[in-house]
Amino acid sequence: MATEAGRKNVEGLPEKVHVWPYLVRLEFLCAIIVVLALTVWSITIDAPLEEAANPTKTPNPSKAPWYFLGLQDILVYFDPWFAGVVAPVLIIVGLMLIPYLDVNPKGNGYYTYTERKLAIWVYCFGFLVLWIALIIMGVFLRGPGWNLFMPWQYWDPHKVVALVNVDLPYAFGVRSYNMALLFGGAVVLGYFALGTAVYFFLERKAIKYVGFLRMFIKIQLLLIMGGMVIKIVLRLGFNIKYIWVTPWFNI
Amino acid sequence: MNKVKSGEILDDIKKQVTESQVWASTFRHGYADTPRNRVLQIASNVWLHLHPVKMHRHALRIKFTWCMGGITFLLFLSTVVTGVILMFYYRPVGEYAYYDMKYLQYDVPFGMLMRNMHRWAAHAMVITVWLHMFRVFLTGSYKPPREFNWVIGVFLVTFTLLLSFTGYLLPWDQLAMWAVTVGTNMARATPFLGHEGPFAEFVGVTPRYDARSMLLGGSLVGPPALLRFYVLHCIFIPLVAGALMIVHFWRIRKDGGISGPL
Repeated sequence: MATEAGRKNVEGLPEKVHVWPYLVRLEFLCAIIVVLALTVWSITIDAPLEEAANPTKTPNPSKAPWYFLGLQDILVYFDPWFAGVVAPVLIIVGLMLIPYLDVNPKGNGYYTYTERKLAIWVYCFGFLVLWIALIIMGVFLRGPGWNLFMPWQYWDPHKVVALVNVDLPYAFGVRSYNMALLFGGAVVLGYFALGTAVYFFLERKAIKYVGFLRMFIKIQLLLIMGGMVIKIVLRLGFNIKYIWVTPWFNI
Repeated sequence: MNKVKSGEILDDIKKQVTESQVWASTFRHGYADTPRNRVLQIASNVWLHLHPVKMHRHALRIKFTWCMGGITFLLFLSTVVTGVILMFYYRPVGEYAYYDMKYLQYDVPFGMLMRNMHRWAAHAMVITVWLHMFRVFLTGSYKPPREFNWVIGVFLVTFTLLLSFTGYLLPWDQLAMWAVTVGTNMARATPFLGHEGPFAEFVGVTPRYDARSMLLGGSLVGPPALLRFYVLHCIFIPLVAGALMIVHFWRIRKDGGISGPL
């Protein structure tokens, strides 16, 4: 297998190689394989074409294109202004900010887990769980009325699911509207304030060389991501609908 | 006669051809496998010259790159070629669009194949661009000096999704109309700019005059939306995405080639 001789052989080779032919032939081979696969795929499976568009006939369930089903799925837990507008914007902006927020100089240009555990965990969680897993759920498990159906269950359009959700202040016994407004605000703002404070306390030595602004933005994005998970868990596990109800928006 | 028998005449013809003005002006260098020709093969060819002439050996490893960036670009080119062919037969008009799809599928030679290739390449492109991004993250390739190219890449991921989404409406069938209805309904809830969004009452937007109606050219997904999505899909987004791709590929070289251990 990987013998001493084999390894020496590689080390003896020059560090830089000509792009022609070494890279171009790889690209060419890869292009042939991809185009062949695409052709076979296109001959064997036809693109769907349903009946003509009809604005008076709404299908149930109505699903967005599959790659947006993760966002459509968080509509269960969040209002459209967040799930459909603010969350996608935060995802795009947050992704763009990654190189400016991750100041760890290690792991630049090679695979490593041990040198950047947190970064890998956060990205894998966001990509594989919050994006891919929700898409798979949205494509295969969401049926009529956006109810959850297991793959072996019949998609019953008349399925009734009792909605027993209450808002968080109500669950804590707060009954007056104004008190609930204050309570919810305190919980949401307190979550961000406390999270930020704890992070800055734990990383107080890093402030000097990482910078305040960088750390502040990083922890806000992480808290929003964590908050989304908390909200999903509260809804699924404890039937909590909103945490903070205001005249303008609900969270 | 002796020349024919010995085969010398072939060498003569070859000499005549390769030393002619036409040949010499078309191919600027010989094909013999010399280091000089290997360099010229890249540097004097417009289609290959975005490559460097030399690269690090590790960057050839498929285990490192997964080939996903290149495959994404190849799939983009496939959608451009098949998309232009589809444009010959498709009219983005409410009355015609769906019947042009039927026409493409049943009457146009290879119409179904072109449509299938266009759609599957688009779906595959969404997946490969995500995998490319995942690979770039796992190898830490967004770290200095490549931060800016990562930002361009995030724009390209977004434009890939928008390209796919705008194309989703064009078949003008139930699947298309309602998927786009679900998607664009979100714009109603845009804070300040959507008529159902937070703080909309302070801006004074209405169902006929807000972020969603600007996107759709009306208050529901109708023929004006079809035309808008068609123009965005065939002209605006491909041009912007193409320009960003040029920047993206150029920056790979300017930032020192594909990332690797120092």
